[in-house]
Amino acid sequence: MQFFGGSEISPSPPAPTATGNNAHMIYVFNRNGVCLLYREWNRPLRTLNSQQDHKLMFGLLFSLKSLTAKMDPIGADKGNLGVPQLPGQGCSFHSFRTNTYKLSFMESPSGVKIILVTHPRTSDLRESLKYIYNLYVEYVVKNPLYTPGSPIRCELFNTTLDQYVRGIA
Amino acid sequence: MAPVGPRSGDAIFANVERVNAELFTLTYGAIVRQLLTDLEEVEEVNKQLDQMGYNIGIRLIDEFLAKSNVSRCVDFKETAEVIAKVGFKMFLGVTASVTNWDADGTCCSIVLEDNPLVDFVELPDTCQGLYYCNILSGVIRGALEMVSMKTEVTWAKDMLRGDDVFELQVKLLKQVPEEYPYKDDE
Repeated sequence: MQFFGGSEISPSPPAPTATGNNAHMIYVFNRNGVCLLYREWNRPLRTLNSQQDHKLMFGLLFSLKSLTAKMDPIGADKGNLGVPQLPGQGCSFHSFRTNTYKLSFMESPSGVKIILVTHPRTSDLRESLKYIYNLYVEYVVKNPLYTPGSPIRCELFNTTLDQYVRGIA
Repeated sequence: MAPVGPRSGDAIFANVERVNAELFTLTYGAIVRQLLTDLEEVEEVNKQLDQMGYNIGIRLIDEFLAKSNVSRCVDFKETAEVIAKVGFKMFLGVTASVTNWDADGTCCSIVLEDNPLVDFVELPDTCQGLYYCNILSGVIRGALEMVSMKTEVTWAKDMLRGDDVFELQVKLLKQVPEEYPYKDDE
């Protein structure tokens, strides 16, 4: 069925070009809601200060996770909305898409959350997020000067990440 | 369906970077030796080794999860199996077995017949109270804490004290549910 307007009402940005970076930003959180890493490549519009922005993003994911688990028609272990779940319980979402961006999400059982925001036409990024998790292990976790739970300040990780993201999105 | 993680660590072990086993054993020996000199008390050394292991464990868990593709364990029984079959193989190159489950499935023993840490080691009379491999119990405790399981890990048998195997008793104290970390008024 064709409704009036369709794509005109919610126009998507132009298709990604082969060159250049089509990823907007990345967040890495740990279980305690600390933003370990935030990097942006292309974010012309900003409405909140960065601290509020991080909190909002974390809160969104937290609620969405509990919501998706609650709505799951198949899985048996679903808690009540808002009730804390044991890690690994319930189902988990891996991405959502709006007309202007796509948000891909991965959470490791140790509570590390990786969020990548890209162009809406990007394909499945689950493997890429896993790869980024591997980068995090190699460059951050194995760095003896890094204190677990603190924001990441590691140039080598940032450069490698930039390079990799440029290649995928 | 979630992908099922590997039931053995062989494939991962073959792919990760490895160090010479003797170098590893001797380095660990040197660390314990230095701790004995520095701290003097055997009890303090046990504590320090456990703490060092804990600090390793909280980092090691991420490497383990990233490389093993284990997504989640249904219960503590599976967790213990994964530690013994995948974890030990991946990082120490040996396989352990899990036995002695108690009735409610919260306490078990991980049995190591082969332990690369203790090659060339003999405990002198002055160090009889030393848990030479106490770092391992710390690693397990730290790693499990990062996946929200509070555990207590103790040595039940130690080959250096004349037992026939190494046996680690792992007791699950509590599974911590995931909670929203921010307060409302923040």
